[in-house]
Amino acid sequence: MILDSKIPAGPLAEKWTKHKFSSKLVNPANKRKYDVIVVGTGLAGASAAASLAELGYNVKAFCFQDSPRRAHSIAAQGGINAAKNYQNDGDSVYRLFYDTIKGGDYRAREGNVYRLAEVSVKIIDQCVAQGVPFAREYGGLLANRSFGGAQVSRTFYARGQTGQQLLLGAYSALSRQVANGKVKLFPRTEMMDLVVIDGQAKGIVTRNLITGAVETHAAHAVLLCTGGYGNVFFLSTNAMGSNVTAAWRAHKRGAFFANPCFTQIHPTCIPVSGDHQSKLTLMSESLRNDGRVWVPATQEIAERLRKGQIKANDIKDEDRDYFLERKYPSFGNLVPRDVASRNAKYVCDEGRGVNETGEAVYLDFRDAIKRDTRKIIEQKYGNLFEMYKQITGEDPYEMPMMIYPAVHYTMGGLWVDYNLMTTVPGLYALGEANFSEHGANRLGASALMQGLADGYFVVPYTVGDYLAQLAPKPVDDTHPEFARIKEEVQGRINTLLKINGTKPVDFFHKRLGKIMWNECGMARTEEGLKGAKAEIQALKKEFWSTVKVMGTNEELNQSLEKANRVADFLELGELMVDDALSRNESCGGHFREEYQTPDGEALRDDENYAYVAAWKYLGEGQEEELVKEELVFENVKLTQRSYK
Amino acid sequence: MKLTLKIWRQKNTADKGGFVTYVADHVSKDMSFLEMLDVLNDQLTEKGEDPVHFDHDCREGICGMCSLYINGKPHGPLQTTTCQLHMRSFSDGETITIEPWRAKAFPVVKDLVVNRSAFDRIIQAGGYVSVNTGGVPDANEIPIPKIVADLAMDAAQCIGCGACVAACKNASAMLFTSAKVSQLALLPQGQVERKTRAEKMVAQMDSEGFGACTNTGACEAECPKGISITNIARMNREYFSAVVSSDNM
Repeated sequence: MILDSKIPAGPLAEKWTKHKFSSKLVNPANKRKYDVIVVGTGLAGASAAASLAELGYNVKAFCFQDSPRRAHSIAAQGGINAAKNYQNDGDSVYRLFYDTIKGGDYRAREGNVYRLAEVSVKIIDQCVAQGVPFAREYGGLLANRSFGGAQVSRTFYARGQTGQQLLLGAYSALSRQVANGKVKLFPRTEMMDLVVIDGQAKGIVTRNLITGAVETHAAHAVLLCTGGYGNVFFLSTNAMGSNVTAAWRAHKRGAFFANPCFTQIHPTCIPVSGDHQSKLTLMSESLRNDGRVWVPATQEIAERLRKGQIKANDIKDEDRDYFLERKYPSFGNLVPRDVASRNAKYVCDEGRGVNETGEAVYLDFRDAIKRDTRKIIEQKYGNLFEMYKQITGEDPYEMPMMIYPAVHYTMGGLWVDYNLMTTVPGLYALGEANFSEHGANRLGASALMQGLADGYFVVPYTVGDYLAQLAPKPVDDTHPEFARIKEEVQGRINTLLKINGTKPVDFFHKRLGKIMWNECGMARTEEGLKGAKAEIQALKKEFWSTVKVMGTNEELNQSLEKANRVADFLELGELMVDDALSRNESCGGHFREEYQTPDGEALRDDENYAYVAAWKYLGEGQEEELVKEELVFENVKLTQRSYK
Repeated sequence: MKLTLKIWRQKNTADKGGFVTYVADHVSKDMSFLEMLDVLNDQLTEKGEDPVHFDHDCREGICGMCSLYINGKPHGPLQTTTCQLHMRSFSDGETITIEPWRAKAFPVVKDLVVNRSAFDRIIQAGGYVSVNTGGVPDANEIPIPKIVADLAMDAAQCIGCGACVAACKNASAMLFTSAKVSQLALLPQGQVERKTRAEKMVAQMDSEGFGACTNTGACEAECPKGISITNIARMNREYFSAVVSSDNM
């Protein structure tokens, strides 16, 4: 099978314009005859639902939270990139494109990434028009900062709550369409399965989380905007409810899953404090603009530190190793996330970690406070410092912060073509749920950009092109396939409730998380991955025979919700391991220890692995089939990433 | 630490509900409040009892999903969200009472979970600028004084958790509503619909069954995001000037 990415021909800068022109249009009077389902109401979902409703389509928007405003996009802190070049510092659409392709370690499509950079400028205009209160300079114009690995200041921000403000902007646009009657909202409703009829996505099956009612919804097109799957690691910076279920069920109905092993480990998270830990908290990457990362120069000093004999501030400068500044003099503390994370792991593996567990490094603001005054630092990071203090009980103005890498984002996701359509016609994937723009590693402040680009500026064109080819006839859920899949969903729920084993769902989720973190996390080996695969298979069996799910279906039942999600994580975990095993190179967030340069950097193999690994589901208990989409680079030259 | 927990249990909206007492031992100081409940729930599940249901999602104090009325205060003793409250704020042997938000407009769904969709409907009544996607001016076309942008941001930080309603003896939603009204009234983008927005959002707030504001300031004192009651004053001004001068409604 050959995967057609449908990248338009022609010069890079003209592809999207040409493609928009060649897309078919739906007659304005006919738009109201088409129904679109949007699952998830984060940046991608809310912006897509609002924009499609504004165009005149009938939208049904679903989220598992009690309100669309809760989606986890809200937690993004640092900012959103856009090639506005307001700072006159040499930015351009091409530079943002180039940085994104390079930052992704050349595992993304040129065409998609260029389009992302191109529409980025419109996102900022849109958000400002909605009343998003971005940070401003005294002259009243928008402020920018440089962010995680970028050498230009192209990041727009709203204090440390950029995701919140952008999401509330998209939520307000969505709310306006709810009031207009163009969007019907289904909060506390979880997508359980996809309905495919004659090869086309025609609807979904959902569970009402309050009543337990399993329901069917028909539409002309289905958009999955369901976020990433970082919670496969149990501990991650994702929200507790973030899950892969919608995407995974779509995968099992025919949508290929691409690059599942590409996960991003974020370098600046608050370290784990104990077994009770339920999630990890990210401290915005923007902190690396002013904070300096270090560990003690020797194992012996680190030892004394861990025993509490000395404190961080007692350690003299010559006994500190500012390892990022030392190894990467030109980028210093601002190296991309994968590089920063891996180096933190190395120094901790050397026994130089700084907290009780030995798995933490310092992020120190002493010099920044000395240089800029405490007031300036407070203005920039006040809320982050406050949050850190609340969680750890320590004051980062006085003592350096402790940080350690944690799972943060998943670059992999459902395979989509240039139109963001999956391998199932009529089924789209947007935002983190798809695999498309970030390659093997995402740059800071680019997730918000992608979510909103997809929702505001890409799918309104591409979904229209698809709908224009369908007859404007009403759809309903009378086709027997709806009843059949509804029955399957109910059957699965009943099975989970009937197992009546001995262990709570979290028991399995935590074990899966440990396996994934140890063997499919920051560094991976063939041997470790093979072991992980066997362990996951055994764990999956154990889950289906000994999990204990309390209560009934016909009520709010959080353990049932969790069990249903963890069951899918167990299957996804195995595919991630398969994917990591099949990629015999290191690139971006995927670091195979067997493939590294003499100085420990990722060693890509462009000759053999410059492809997208798309996995095709072949049935219960069968190995998935790997389908390759070769990546073609016509504009950038593939180089070894170097941040030295 | 060993704690006694008095937790509100209620099967569904129709059920009368009541307190049930549990003992939580082996509580660590570093646990968050919700992690303490996670551990309790795992123990309940192992014993074959229905776990305590509570809302939560991001667990980093920004999504606004977690609630809980702890020892008579929304989000507990600190001015933060429950997910950011840690057990070091309690002492060994303490009895902790945990209830859902109490307000007519927030009916209990189950145990500690309430329905806050009234907040969504208040936003739907006018908490937006009516612009469609595309066709908007360049972001730097209208300069906004930093001080104005900062004030708008102060108001925009509301997470919609409902602590203000839970804290208020009248279960008033004035702080929530005024935060959105203020944000958009301050910004140039919000000017065109300024009057109708204030009128419609206040009307929706009233129709949801929230109480009136008597200026006790309890909402501000408990707001985890420090939203100021200055916003309520601003909304009152917006509302009154709208009703005397507007021909919109």
